[in-house]
Amino acid sequence: MTDTPAFAWTAENEAAAQKHIAKYPEGRQQSAVMPLLDIAQRQNGGHLTIEIMEYIADYLDMAPIKVQEVATFYTMYNHKPMGKHHVQVCGTTPCWLRGSDDIIRACKSKLGIGMGETTADGKFTLSEVECAGACVNAPVVAIDDDYYEDLTAESITQILDDLSNGKDVKPGPQVKRQTSAPVGGATTLKDFISDGEGA
Amino acid sequence: MPTLTIDGTEVTVEPGTTVLQACEEVGVEVPRFCYHERLSIAGNCRMCLVDMEKSPKPIASCAMPAGDGMVIHTNTERVKKAREGVMEFLLINHPLDCPICDQGGECDLQDQAMAFGRGHNRFDENKRAVEDKEMGPLISTTMTRCIHCMRCVRFSEEVAGVPDMGALYRGENMQITTYLEKTLDSEMSGNVVDLCPVGALTSKPYAFTARSWELKHTETIDVMDALGSNIRVDTRGAAVMRILPRLHEEINEEWISDKTRYVFDGLKSRRLDTPYVRKSKKLKDASWGEAFKAIKTRLKGVKGTEIAAIVGDQADMESMTALKDLLGTLGSKRIECRQDGSAVEAGVRSGYIMNNGIMGVEDADYLLMVGVNPRLEAPSLNVRIRKAVRHSGLKVGNIGNAEDLTYKVAEFGDDASLLNAVLDGSHEAADGLKKAERPMILVGQSALGSDDGSAVLKATRDIADKYCMRDGWNGFNMLHNAAARVGGLDLGLTTDAGVDGILDDAEAGKLKIVFLLGADEVDTTALKDTTVIYIGTHGDEGVKNADVILPASAYTEKSGTYANTEGRFQRTSKAAFAPGEAREDWTIFRALSDVLGDTLPYDNLGQLRARIAKDVANFDDIDVLHPAEWGEFGVKGKISSGGIAPAIDNFYHTNPIARASQIMSDCIDARGGLVEEATGTHG
Repeated sequence: MTDTPAFAWTAENEAAAQKHIAKYPEGRQQSAVMPLLDIAQRQNGGHLTIEIMEYIADYLDMAPIKVQEVATFYTMYNHKPMGKHHVQVCGTTPCWLRGSDDIIRACKSKLGIGMGETTADGKFTLSEVECAGACVNAPVVAIDDDYYEDLTAESITQILDDLSNGKDVKPGPQVKRQTSAPVGGATTLKDFISDGEGA
Repeated sequence: MPTLTIDGTEVTVEPGTTVLQACEEVGVEVPRFCYHERLSIAGNCRMCLVDMEKSPKPIASCAMPAGDGMVIHTNTERVKKAREGVMEFLLINHPLDCPICDQGGECDLQDQAMAFGRGHNRFDENKRAVEDKEMGPLISTTMTRCIHCMRCVRFSEEVAGVPDMGALYRGENMQITTYLEKTLDSEMSGNVVDLCPVGALTSKPYAFTARSWELKHTETIDVMDALGSNIRVDTRGAAVMRILPRLHEEINEEWISDKTRYVFDGLKSRRLDTPYVRKSKKLKDASWGEAFKAIKTRLKGVKGTEIAAIVGDQADMESMTALKDLLGTLGSKRIECRQDGSAVEAGVRSGYIMNNGIMGVEDADYLLMVGVNPRLEAPSLNVRIRKAVRHSGLKVGNIGNAEDLTYKVAEFGDDASLLNAVLDGSHEAADGLKKAERPMILVGQSALGSDDGSAVLKATRDIADKYCMRDGWNGFNMLHNAAARVGGLDLGLTTDAGVDGILDDAEAGKLKIVFLLGADEVDTTALKDTTVIYIGTHGDEGVKNADVILPASAYTEKSGTYANTEGRFQRTSKAAFAPGEAREDWTIFRALSDVLGDTLPYDNLGQLRARIAKDVANFDDIDVLHPAEWGEFGVKGKISSGGIAPAIDNFYHTNPIARASQIMSDCIDARGGLVEEATGTHG
């Protein structure tokens, strides 16, 4: 650990970190390592460095290797510089059956990069992830903290275009559908059922 | 106390015993990789699966507590199948490179694959490969062989107290590494080589030098520190190929320090293998006859009062006795074993041993350390203290240098005069000792090294007397740094003015002849104009101003008795012959006495030991601790305030063997060169 770490919490993040640490009993502050790594990753623009891990190890009074173990175990901690937006395409079976191959192809051709790469302008990093857990709305792409669902090659291209131009995009299903309700509206339980009826 | 049935045998075990341990109790062998009785339970290798009645699937016996009424089967078809399955999975990514692997022949995986494996493999894909990690000069890595048992990780965190190892990434990509591939900064790091059940971590200095089955094993005792760790010396011909620990629950458990393990190359270099005599200011090699004649000539007309001897840190009791007797025939009683100038006194035995024994640390609930750094002075003891702190709630306080001892220590400050406050009860350490059921005070040699050493000794004695006496418990403990020291004190090898007195008298011309028995930690420039007869193993400090050099045997080359810091007598065994003309030390004195005309009255080791047994109580009670009677020692005096100089400033270079060892020097380099001082006059 260097004497003057290049990384230090912003006041806001320090407060957030303390809030996480406060969740655990005294002396168990190490339990907060995961949220702290996440906060630090965000503060650092998307990836962790050895210095940051050492800073957190120091902050939580734990061995640096233990922080590194956690940070390398979970795939959502990144260890090299990331683009402004992290495009995470799900390629697991349900998405794959619903056409994730097309989505991947569209992303690659739109961004001009392969998996795990970052565009030259530093705006996008593309990666394939395992099941994003939104199979009902497959195919799914997670961009940063938002899910974009029910995608087609066209809609994902449009989303990437908009993000690239700094326009607002709408997360969630990209077809007419409320969250994961059936496309085109409810098919059953259409009538309001009052208390006691049908019991 | 749960009673369970294992393969038809009923056994009652202590609560908290695991099924695997219960199996061992009835003599049923359960294969395992990750389980180790001195480490926490991991349960990740799955090799120890056994059948438990009423359980739908096999259980991991290492992690399952034994319960009352359990019925365990270890010989069913399902257990056999489970073991074969686990074995097959383990071997999927393990290279079949046993012929070029250093672990071959003593490999758990190899043995268990033979005993429990299917003998063939259905895996057609590519095996994974892992890049090797750099772990410093002692540990060689072949990480592709790793089966992720985590023993090394658990050892470094739990036992060594240096949590620098870990497993990065996940699943198939998991890799064991030290943090940023640095050298594992522990004095106990070599133990991970023993713990590794496969050939992933092997000994770097031993790499590709021998196969385990072609080595001769000799069970003996270590002399690198004063603990007398039990070791096994493996030799091929005359060469010591490696040193391994031997189990001794009361001393070193199954760990040894890196110095103990890797010092062996120092036994081969800078050795004295022939006598030397100084002729016209130059040392010339000579025959034994010439050397003895030269001594006889130089002794002519010298009075007994003009002869003195200094005994080194690794001398066995037989050699010391023979030298003492030889001096006696010459009319001198001036023989000194406290090379470091410590104020420790011979006489009252309880005043210079660890009265509670090393095991006592585990019973103690408060430990006050005075001028001692067990991590460097006795790494295996430090591991024991750490164990007690972790498991039985031992509290540790320290008067002396604040060092990282790998456990929590209440630092009272580096000032010996605090002992006054402890003695009069005004210091918090006095409270700690008073309230404790089993209080210990551990006094190091550095506390006794300065001019007020006797006063410090007296103060610690009085503190122990006042606070540390319980029924059957004498809490006064002294840690020595030299394997020879307690033996020397048992033989009464102390003089009034100590080593400094001998050196001063020599410089002043009052001494004509000084014998040095492996004494390399004293500054011999004071002996320039004195006739120095050096008996020892290495060309180190002691030979610089020597006039006659007699080559002797190192600890692996003779059978000698050592009393460790607890006062436990143990004997080394001869693992190899000394090089060239070198002889066992006591035979040298016996032969010399013959030349000088007054032959020492013993012709073999048995007679010599019988002679020692007359002076030293319980000398023949090997490996047994006898309580020592409490008494008066130390001299009341003023304790000056101020820091206590550490006894060891360079762990890897504390004795002539270690200083001759390239491996020890590499260890220093790997740590960025601890100190430049290589001659070491600080004991």
